[in-house]
Amino acid sequence: MAGLSNAELKKMTQEERVTALGMRTDQLTGRAMRIEFNPDEEERFEYPWAPDVDFNKRTELDVDEMTSTEANQKIRALMQEGYGTIVIKNPRGKHSLGVGILTRLRLIFEGSLGYFGVGLLDGPNVTINGRVGWSCGENMLAGTVVVEKNAGSTFGAAIRGGDLVSKGSVGSRTGIDQKGGTIIVGGDTGALTGFMMQRGRMVICGNAGKNLGDSMYDGTIYVGGNIKSFGVDAVEGELTDLDKAWLTRKLVQYGLMPENGVDHFTKVVAGRQLWNYDNLEPSEKKIVL
Amino acid sequence: MAGTQYRGSEITDVDQFVNDAAGLASEREKEIGQHIGYRYDVNLVPDYGRITQFLTKYMEVMGWDDLNWLEDIHMGYEDGAPAVFDRNNNGWVSIPDTIELPDNQQDRDMIARELLLKFQMSDRHPLVLLRKAYMKF
Repeated sequence: MAGLSNAELKKMTQEERVTALGMRTDQLTGRAMRIEFNPDEEERFEYPWAPDVDFNKRTELDVDEMTSTEANQKIRALMQEGYGTIVIKNPRGKHSLGVGILTRLRLIFEGSLGYFGVGLLDGPNVTINGRVGWSCGENMLAGTVVVEKNAGSTFGAAIRGGDLVSKGSVGSRTGIDQKGGTIIVGGDTGALTGFMMQRGRMVICGNAGKNLGDSMYDGTIYVGGNIKSFGVDAVEGELTDLDKAWLTRKLVQYGLMPENGVDHFTKVVAGRQLWNYDNLEPSEKKIVL
Repeated sequence: MAGTQYRGSEITDVDQFVNDAAGLASEREKEIGQHIGYRYDVNLVPDYGRITQFLTKYMEVMGWDDLNWLEDIHMGYEDGAPAVFDRNNNGWVSIPDTIELPDNQQDRDMIARELLLKFQMSDRHPLVLLRKAYMKF
């Protein structure tokens, strides 16, 4: 397995590669995988395949005449050349720009992005000096994304980690299906914000639309302004000193700290009435079984 | 808990799920024979006074002012043993017996973050094999 080169692996079919690498192809059942940490693991900060980039090596890329695919491929090629800071000129609202970057990088967009911008990120620090369309930062895993102006609906859909910030206002369904990470909105957010949220944190400095946190399973939403209405199973929680310290640190970090501090924020959590681990009551089970 | 009809049990002790793997404390949990909810507080935010040197260096390398995605990583408990959930491999990774557990969750979480990060970046992570086998471009 270890003796196979990448060139040899590339010549194989996918099935042959899987077998040659010693991976199982049969259907697994139950908890088959047992892995233990090695306390003597080597200290590394990036994935083994990540390109070696230098933040001080900077370049500009004008994507005006490029398609989104061409622009994304060019960004990857520049990273392979070691560029750690890339400034994108003339994005002109193109969709799906800057997606799938899985390592550290400083990426700066001089303009606005269209739909599904900077999704599936795992590590880079992105600044967008403009607006973004629907689903910015969708499925983000790690890193930071700062949008200087407004964002569209489903901002941070299914985000799993990292910080996603809009300094303006955002549309509806912000952080739908959020599974981790932090979403910060400097202005207002629309209806159904935090819909089906599972964990992570969301900070809304302005007002929140109706049905905030509807069907949220876990996680925390902090709102600095008014809340039009709570969704199903969203309830007010107690704002602790640890919450206040965390809020202060994050809002100062992104230049969004309100003049009157954070004491007035409302904390919203799951009421846990939707936690159904057993669909059938014991008495019902007796009848069915 | 804030809700009025939550029928699970609360986490009262850092060693609760090491000493009691089943975690059947509330009447409802005993009734259905299953623990309700996580075995750790997923909403616990990190105490940066307890950060390790390795994690501080990681923040510097990545250009972050805080732990970023690692803020969501906690030490959990699987089958009565300490473990960390690894999203890249969609499974629990166990803490070796040789590592002595601190007496508070914040320090345990820092250990969990450090071990998970080193594992994810190592050549023996399942993602490395998966990438070799399935990567198309």
